[in-house]
Amino acid sequence: MPLIRDGKIVEDIWVSLDDEAELPEQGDVILSLDRLKKEANAIQTRSGRTGVVLENDVDEEDVETYLPHIELIALTFPAFTDGRAYSQARQLRTKLGFEGELRATGNVLADQATFLCRVGFDSFEVDNDQSIDVWNKALRSMSVAYQRGYDGEQATRESGPLSQDKAHTSLA
Amino acid sequence: MYRYDEFDATFVSERVDQFRDQVARRVKGDLTEEQFRPLRLMNGLYLQLHAYMLRVAVPYGTLNSKQMHKLAYIADKFDRGYGHFTTRQNIQYNWPKLPDVPDILEHLAEVEMHAIQTSGNCIRNVTADQWSGVAADEVEDPRPYAELMRQWSSLHPEFSFLPRKFKIAVTGDKADRAAIAYHDIGLRLKKNAAGEVGFEIFVGGGMGRTPMIAARVRDWLPKSELLGYLEAVMRVYNLNGRRDNKYKARIKILVHELGAEEFTRQVEEEYARLDAPQGLPSDQELERIAAYFAPPAYEDLAENDAVHTQHLVDNKDFAEWVERNVAPHKITGYAIVNISLKPVGGVPGDATSGQMHAIADMAEKMSLDEIRVTHEQNLVLPNVRKHDLFAVWQELKEHKLADANLGLATDIISCPGLDYCGLATARSIPISQDISIRLGDIKRQRDIGDLKIKISGCINACGHHHAGHIGILGLEKRGVEYYQITLGGSGDETASIGQIIGPGFSSETVTDAVETIVDTYMDLRKSGETFLEAYRRVGAEPFKEAVYATH
Repeated sequence: MPLIRDGKIVEDIWVSLDDEAELPEQGDVILSLDRLKKEANAIQTRSGRTGVVLENDVDEEDVETYLPHIELIALTFPAFTDGRAYSQARQLRTKLGFEGELRATGNVLADQATFLCRVGFDSFEVDNDQSIDVWNKALRSMSVAYQRGYDGEQATRESGPLSQDKAHTSLA
Repeated sequence: MYRYDEFDATFVSERVDQFRDQVARRVKGDLTEEQFRPLRLMNGLYLQLHAYMLRVAVPYGTLNSKQMHKLAYIADKFDRGYGHFTTRQNIQYNWPKLPDVPDILEHLAEVEMHAIQTSGNCIRNVTADQWSGVAADEVEDPRPYAELMRQWSSLHPEFSFLPRKFKIAVTGDKADRAAIAYHDIGLRLKKNAAGEVGFEIFVGGGMGRTPMIAARVRDWLPKSELLGYLEAVMRVYNLNGRRDNKYKARIKILVHELGAEEFTRQVEEEYARLDAPQGLPSDQELERIAAYFAPPAYEDLAENDAVHTQHLVDNKDFAEWVERNVAPHKITGYAIVNISLKPVGGVPGDATSGQMHAIADMAEKMSLDEIRVTHEQNLVLPNVRKHDLFAVWQELKEHKLADANLGLATDIISCPGLDYCGLATARSIPISQDISIRLGDIKRQRDIGDLKIKISGCINACGHHHAGHIGILGLEKRGVEYYQITLGGSGDETASIGQIIGPGFSSETVTDAVETIVDTYMDLRKSGETFLEAYRRVGAEPFKEAVYATH
């Protein structure tokens, strides 16, 4: 499954760990929330980085106490029409101040790219064969956006005069 | 009215290009129909029974003459010479071809229009009182805030994949002509004790198979905080609304299941912790938008116009049209002209390209270049000098647009039904035509008085039957259409949900039943009592007795 970051397909160095598998001392692993809770102490001492995958019905406050030890949160899109993860991402970034990698997994399409970036996702596991070019084109398709207070490369009304090639230069 | 600046123009034109690319990828096979579906829906493109249908947004129902001319042009060039105005103040084209749609959108962009979010599980086109800015008793014109919401909701990064569609309506008046109680969010501008204007906020109204009247979640919110509060409502819904069953996915079900009090608590909690100013427009931006809705250049006129008064005396037909279709204006010497798109026996809400051009011309010459679309599928010329009323009426007559039936029995709301719609279970247009012909005698209609008949061709209730004084719902059993009748619904400031009176009727007998109900009302009404008032006084029993005794 290709992983997109910074407009490129990159190698995924994170390993999703089964709940039964042993927690390795080294290497970057993604745990379920249950496993994370059980290993709350262990993850603080291991040398590898720890991430967690959150289901759509998890209250983000459930993960709040672990955030200082977490460097990646994966949110899931069971269907690309299921938009809960957008609000989860938004909450993690703004309310809880999470600054690590926020990964979109599941049914992720290029046509969601701008939305995903604007709520704070920065890596994308795309489960279809859309090429990186389609992804980047989709990302550049809108240079302006109306909503204030969201991220992204788009200009908003308050961000000053329109820069026609803002999206292009920042992604080049 | 609002005009696009470079920012808006860029947004809409990039959106057209984006959709053109999506259509190309679909045609090439790079997108499956399943992937393409939500994308095309977000641009108002449905796949209907016989063809694609394109629904074009008329934000808060406001158009200028140039835009109306363009809608007529599109009807001629890309469709079959007509369009259908809908209960959400939009216009639908029933026969566009998929490869033409990006071109249609480009034409629309030329006149500052689009089809963004006229369908799909996102925030739909925001609707408003069709008399906004001109109604005689308005608190304040709600359209600057409707425009603010149009912008804010367009391609919202967080709220574009909601559990279900989401409809917002706004009014600036105590009298509710926008049916706000039947919307996911209903907004009403009102003054607080200190005399400041703010929003009263209702959430969780809706029609469909589970009709609900919205609950009030906020008595008063400062106007400038609107988007922050909406964000809180939307976030609670996006995270907690049901996604397991599309019939339980609207926000009304969430409000109902949590209870209005708990829902309100969650919204207020979310709102309290929002970093609100970050998401709010600046004062300059609010002023920039509001400036576009400054009153047009009204002339200083006398209350009465001698020429107009003389025409009223000389011409009974004209006087009757004025009585039904013309409403008081907030500016002295002006009037609001309501154009009925409900000719007896016609298709409710349909207008030919010729009619659209004619209305555009009239608007330019005699309505300070403004036109409104109503949720009751009619049109409005909001700024007509009393002096010009006779000329407008004559012109309307020439184009078969002068029916003096506004708010009367033949001013029927009807969804397209099984003649067009892929979801419909029964025909609705032919039923509305049949009823319209049966009750069509204008003398009889005037005698009956205010009566709202609303017809839906399926449980989704696009024809607003729940809010009809007489509501008709078309269903199907073993391949045969039948029609349920509800009584006592209302979409105004005294909103109520119509109640089913009993077993349904066949397509052959439903008009008889409606006529019996109307006749029963005529027999039992007290002097000056409208149908709805009479129903609320006597209840359903006398109507049931009459209908089921004779049918």
